[in-house]
Formats: sequence, C-alpha cells, structure tokens
Amino acid sequence: MSTLEDTGALAREPGRTSFLTEGGTTVRSWLLSTDHKRIAFLYAAGITFFFFLGGAAATLIRAELVTPAGDLLTADEYNRLFTLHGVIMVWFFLVPSIPTTLGNFLLPLMIGAREVAFPRLNLFSWYLYMGGGLLTLLSLLLGGVDTGWTFYTPFSTLYSNSYVLLAAAGVFVVGFSSIATGINFLATIHLLRAKGMTWMRMPLFAWAMYTVSLVMVLATPVLAISLLLIFAERAFGLPIFDPRSGGDPLLFQHLFWFYSHPAVYIMVLPAFGVVSEIIACEARRRVFGYEFMVYAMVAIAVIGFMVWGHHMFVSGQSPFASLVFSFLSFVVAVPSAIKVFNWTGTLYRGQIRFSAPMLYALGFVGLFTLGGLTGLFLASIPIDVQVTDTYFVVAHFHYIMVGGSVSAFFGGLHFWWPKITGRMYSETLAKFAAVSMFFGFNFTFFPQFILGYMGMPRRYHEYPPEFQAWHVMSSTGAVVLAFAYLWPLFYLGWSLVKGERADDNPHDATGLEWQTSSPPPKDNFAEPPIVTGTPYRYHAEGFAPHEVRPIHAPQDPQ
Amino acid sequence: MTEVTLQEPWATAERQRVAVQFGMWLFLATETLFFGGLFLTYAVARFSHPAGFVAAAREAEAMFGTINTVVLLTSSLTMAIAERAVREALVPLARAMFAATLMLGVAFLVVKGFEYRSDIVKHLVPGPEFTLSQTGASQFWAFYWTATGVHACHMLIGLGVVTRMLLIPAADLPGRSTTAEGSALYWHLVDLIWVILYALIYLVGR
Amino acid sequence: MTREQRAQVIGQPLRVFAGLLALLLVTFGYAYLPGGPLKTEVALAVAAAKALLIATFFMQLRQAVWLVRLAALGGLVWACFLYIITFSDYLTR
Repeated sequence: MSTLEDTGALAREPGRTSFLTEGGTTVRSWLLSTDHKRIAFLYAAGITFFFFLGGAAATLIRAELVTPAGDLLTADEYNRLFTLHGVIMVWFFLVPSIPTTLGNFLLPLMIGAREVAFPRLNLFSWYLYMGGGLLTLLSLLLGGVDTGWTFYTPFSTLYSNSYVLLAAAGVFVVGFSSIATGINFLATIHLLRAKGMTWMRMPLFAWAMYTVSLVMVLATPVLAISLLLIFAERAFGLPIFDPRSGGDPLLFQHLFWFYSHPAVYIMVLPAFGVVSEIIACEARRRVFGYEFMVYAMVAIAVIGFMVWGHHMFVSGQSPFASLVFSFLSFVVAVPSAIKVFNWTGTLYRGQIRFSAPMLYALGFVGLFTLGGLTGLFLASIPIDVQVTDTYFVVAHFHYIMVGGSVSAFFGGLHFWWPKITGRMYSETLAKFAAVSMFFGFNFTFFPQFILGYMGMPRRYHEYPPEFQAWHVMSSTGAVVLAFAYLWPLFYLGWSLVKGERADDNPHDATGLEWQTSSPPPKDNFAEPPIVTGTPYRYHAEGFAPHEVRPIHAPQDPQ
Repeated sequence: MTEVTLQEPWATAERQRVAVQFGMWLFLATETLFFGGLFLTYAVARFSHPAGFVAAAREAEAMFGTINTVVLLTSSLTMAIAERAVREALVPLARAMFAATLMLGVAFLVVKGFEYRSDIVKHLVPGPEFTLSQTGASQFWAFYWTATGVHACHMLIGLGVVTRMLLIPAADLPGRSTTAEGSALYWHLVDLIWVILYALIYLVGR
Repeated sequence: MTREQRAQVIGQPLRVFAGLLALLLVTFGYAYLPGGPLKTEVALAVAAAKALLIATFFMQLRQAVWLVRLAALGGLVWACFLYIITFSDYLTR
C-alpha cells in the first residue's frame, strides 16, 4: 500500500501542516485514525487492490476468449474466474469506489463540516470492508466459487461444489460496511451542513452522496437477508427456495434484484455527482437546470427500486409483472436522460478546457448515453427475450459500470488529486491515459454488442469459430484498456513523491473544498465557513449563454 | 441533570442526541427491510401453499411463544425505565434496570432453548427425519428456524449492548444518556420484531 | 426521586406495558376462540398495535423530531415497495 509510505515524503515539506502529518505519520496513526480524509486513503488502498485483482481475472477471461476452443482454461476454471471477477468488481470495487474514497474525503469539505457524523463508525466500516474482502479472498484461495456473482438458487444452495458460503459471508459483511457509510453520510448531510448551506445550495456531488446513501441504506439489508437465506438453505438444509418442497427459486431472484438493481444506481449516482462538478468547472458554466439535476437524482434513487424485475423477463415471472417492470424501466430512463441533456446544456457555449478530468467526464457522458440507450433495448420485453444472457447484456452493463462509473472515478480522482494530495500530476500523461481509456473501452466492449446481437451467450469459455474476429477485437481492446488503468499508477505515484506543489484552488473552481489549503488541515477549515449563495457561480447569473466571459469564480466566504 | 459527554464532531448535546436517534433509526430502517425480506418468504410460502403451511404452524408450541412474549415485553419495560433513569441521573435505578433487562434477555434465550429441544424431539427440523408431509409444511418450518434463529442472534447482540451499558462506571453513566438511548432503541426493536413473529408463528391455525 | 421523575421514569413505561399485556391477552384469547373469523388479520392487527405502542412510547417517536420519524417511516415505505411489487408477480401468475 504505497499511500501509507508516501505520506512521509509529503510530510517532509517544512512549514505546512495538513491532515497528512497532524496526528502522526506512523502506520498505526493511519490505521486507527477517525479522520474522514485518512479513512478515504485507507479505502483507496483497499479498492485499488481489489480493482487490480478483479482486473487480473478479466485479463484471464479475455485471454481465454481469443480462441474459439477452451485451451487456456477448463470450463470450471472459467466459471470460477468470471464469478470472482463479478463478485470482486461489484462489491469490493464499484459499490464502494466513489463514495468511500472521494465521498469520504470531500463530502464534509463540500458542506463545510469538520468531520462526518460518526467518525468511529466510519473507521469501523473500513475494517468491515477489509474483513469482508479477506473472507471472499479466502474463498478464492481455497478454490473459488462457480455460481456467478448472482448466487442464483437452486444451483448455489443445492448443487454447487464450491466455496459459496465463504464468498457469501464476505459479501454479507461488506454489505454492513456499505450501510455504515450510508448512515454516516445521511446524518452528516442532514445535521452538519455549514451555516447558509441550504439544500439547494449543495454541490451536486453532495446531492449524489445523499441519494446514493439512501439507496445503500434501503437496499443493502435485502441483499443481507437473501444471502442469509442461501446460508440457511445450504448450510442447514432448510428448504426455503427448494422447489421439491414447495419453495420458489424466483423468490430468491426477487430478493436479490431488489438490492442488485438499485446497486447499479449505487455505482452510477456518485458518478453523476463527479461529472457534474467537473463539467461545470471545466466549461466555466453554471450547471444548466441545477434543480432538475437534483430532482433527477432523487427520482432515479426512488424509481430505481421499482424496476428490478427487468432482470427476470425470461425467468417465468408473470407476464403482467414483466409489463409493469418494463414500463417502470422506461420511466427511470427519463430522469437519466434529463441529466444527459443538462450536462450538454451546461457545455453549450461554455469556455471549455479539455483538461484530463474533463476528458474523462466527456467520455463518461458519451459512454453513459450509449449504455443507457441500450438499456432501453433491454427494458423492452421482445428485444430482451432475444438478447437475454448474451454479450449484448454484458456490453450494456459494462458501458454503465465501467465506461460510466470507472471513467467518472478516474475523472474525479484527477480533478481532486491536487486537493487530496497537495501535488500536481502531469497533465499530458493524464490526458493520454484518459484518451486511451475511452478508446480502449469502446474497442473492448462495442464488439460485444455485435456479438450478443449475433447470439453469443455469456458465461461460456468456448464459442463457434464465426465469432472469433469480434472476440479478438475485444481482447485487443482490453490490452489498451489495461494500459489505461495501469498508466495512472505510474504518473500519479510519481506525483505523490515529486509532483509540483498544488495551489489551494488550481482549477479556479467554486465550492468550499477549494477554499481550504491543499491538502486540507485535520479540522478541514481554519474557521467554520458561511455560505452566502448558490453553487457554481462561474459567471454572473441571468446572462445569456453568448454573454458568458471567463471570469474569476467568486469564492465563498467573500 | 448532568452534562452529556460530547463526542466528535458535535457542538451541543441536543444536536448529538438528534444525531444518535437519527443514525440509530436509519439502522433500524435497515432492520425493517432485513426482516421485511424474511417475512416476504413467509408471505409467499403461505400464499402458495395455504393449507399445508397453516397445518404445520399448528405444531408450533404456543405456550413457549407466549411466555417468551411476556418475558420480552417486560424486558422492554425495564429497558425503557433504565434509559429514562440514565437521563434523570438516577444511577442505581438505571443499573438495576439494565441488570434486569440482561436477566430477562437470558431468560428468553433459555426458554427458546427448551422450545428448540422440544421441536427437535418432535422431528420438526426439515430434512430426512421431518414428520410432516403436506406441501408447505417444510416451508413453514424452514421459516421458523431461520426467523427465530436470526432473532436469537439479534438477542445475543442486544445482550452485548446491555452488558456494555453495565460496564460504564457509575460516575460516568449520567453523561452517557445518548448511548443509553441508542442501546434502548436497539433493544426495543428486537422486542418489536418478536411481537410480529409471535403473530406469524404461534397464533396461526389455533 | 421527585414525584415528576417517578411519573416520567416509571409511571409512563408502566402504563404502556399494561397496554401491551392487555393486547397480548386479547390476541392470545382471540386465536383460541373457536370459529372466530379473520384470525390472521386480527393477530396481525394486534401485532401492529403493539408495535405502534412500542415505537411511539418506548422508542419515543412521539417526542422525536420530524427527521427521526422520517427515518423510521422510510424502512416501512420501502418494505411496502418490496411487497407490492413482488406480489404483482405472484398474484398474476
């Protein structure tokens, strides 16, 4: 975990105090710290590890799929690998990624608070995360799980001969870490906003953290109970879902997707927040339709709970239920579309700077749009029946989760890097990474839409030779993508040690986090800030777009 | 009234109290959904096989269930008094009531243990030895064991929470009224869940 | 202990407890009443009444600020989503 050792290097600068040095620089002082900024670093170390672990599994999967024959891996090994990839990436990277790192670090700063509401709970949630991670890792070392990340019954409870219980226990534990983070953020936002920070003055990132916390708190317990029921059936033989004694395996799917569909919004709502901040700042524009951006996120968080059955169109649920779920899935697309239109509206006649964070953010908008539109295909029952369990679905959700959320995570990481570490990174190298990620991603996943449309089923390690060209294309793209993920390790690592010192507000951005020093002191602000106006005052209000001139962003407090 | 011990990052006792209440209730909302999912399996199974399900429920020992309901309701009473006593700085009363809560909690688990033994003797554990043959019967008993087991785990955690309140030195106790309030909220929730389980398990098919 | 303290610390919880025991008696008696109609509904209604007593008085939702009540309500509302939508499948199979 390089972050821990690197604080020494950051600390050597004389005459600067920040959270990196206040409170000690020993490993112990980090592992027991209740400072939300240090906990963000702990989480960063954790998710980085799991991201590359899940990435390694993806690499092996793509390597296997270069040839039609199953020559690198057996069918069983392949099953275990894609399960590992899914479990690790969903629960140990995507769900916690933005909230626990950028969210933990920035949320109190953005709303002018000194800490989160429950600092010790915050640290405890990191230990839960690591504990859950270790349990799941153990199941992997012992031989892995072959059920897929969805743990569908009756396979997971009656037939699978793999370490289902251990992996499920890890996910169960990490769920409580999610709940703890959600409760903490909700209490922080409700009770610790600075004077003058009204709800409609909150930055959209803070709103994103609010809505995602709602989803985490209300959805995760249902995941916990569905895993616990698997535990009861598999370990104690209680036939809850067993059709032989009158149980219904579909009930498990209802419970599982009640969490796991909202989980997609857990992954993408924070990305909305990050991208809104970057686009407003780098286009020097007020966010177009700020209030509707807020309402859209709230609507997505709520309606997102009512659409889960679109994962079950071919499962045997009633046609009426399918109809309802299809309709609601179309409804949830409306607020998502509002957000895309508003980002575009924000860009319109802005003074756009094509910096690295902005490239990631623009990439997000494009990839999210494509992922969202193909989501509409899948929400439509006749098309879904045609492409269920094909690479079309795989491509669709990777566009949302990887093209969307991961791009936004990297964008946010670059955007706030100077604030978090107090160092600048090489803009040229970062732009190169951003562009490689965009092209590598499309190169990897666009062919999968075509493969799926042609009928290539997911979760197979062999395939007919006529699909090979598309698979080779996809695997080649994955090499570019892997480079785009590894490359930042190099220049961001370099920045930690040798990077130029960052100003307090290098992007000339609005927002309270830019008004404290970089990196911030332990208590965040020298004195409690007072907020006097709306966010994103990049230009005077009431001006028509063509009258926008680049001005120095007014800062709060003036 | 004694000053409440303030925790980071709260500036006033009032704010800290609202925070603990809010945080705890959010957690209880997650418990609502957790048990909500569990009760959903009950609803679906009973809806799918009403006759066999209800017939199987008749095997549940209503006497044990009713005794335990009285025990738990009483423990909620003692917990409520303890929590209010902490706020009024009535330390000996508070400690006595926490101890009573602890004892009643243990009594609940002991009664539960006797009930489990009786159920096992009667071969009411779904599996090869299960005695009921109607479709839906093993569904009821699968729910019974899962739900009461999960509830018992919550009781164990609750016992830990009450023990922690007893371990706070008498002199510090009046300053910890928000801690007492959070602990009490958890205990009452475990009671509340049992009240619903009682109706779902022991009153069916009488 | 002052008189007020006694009323607040012991008196009020005792009254709530008495109400809970009375409800328990009602629900137990009704369950064993031969031929009583709507037994499940009555048992659940009484359970809900008991739960309401516990939440309102023991858990002090009556004195709580709106924010805390909202948190309490949130779990119930979302559980309703789970039930209504799941049963939109089971009731129409």
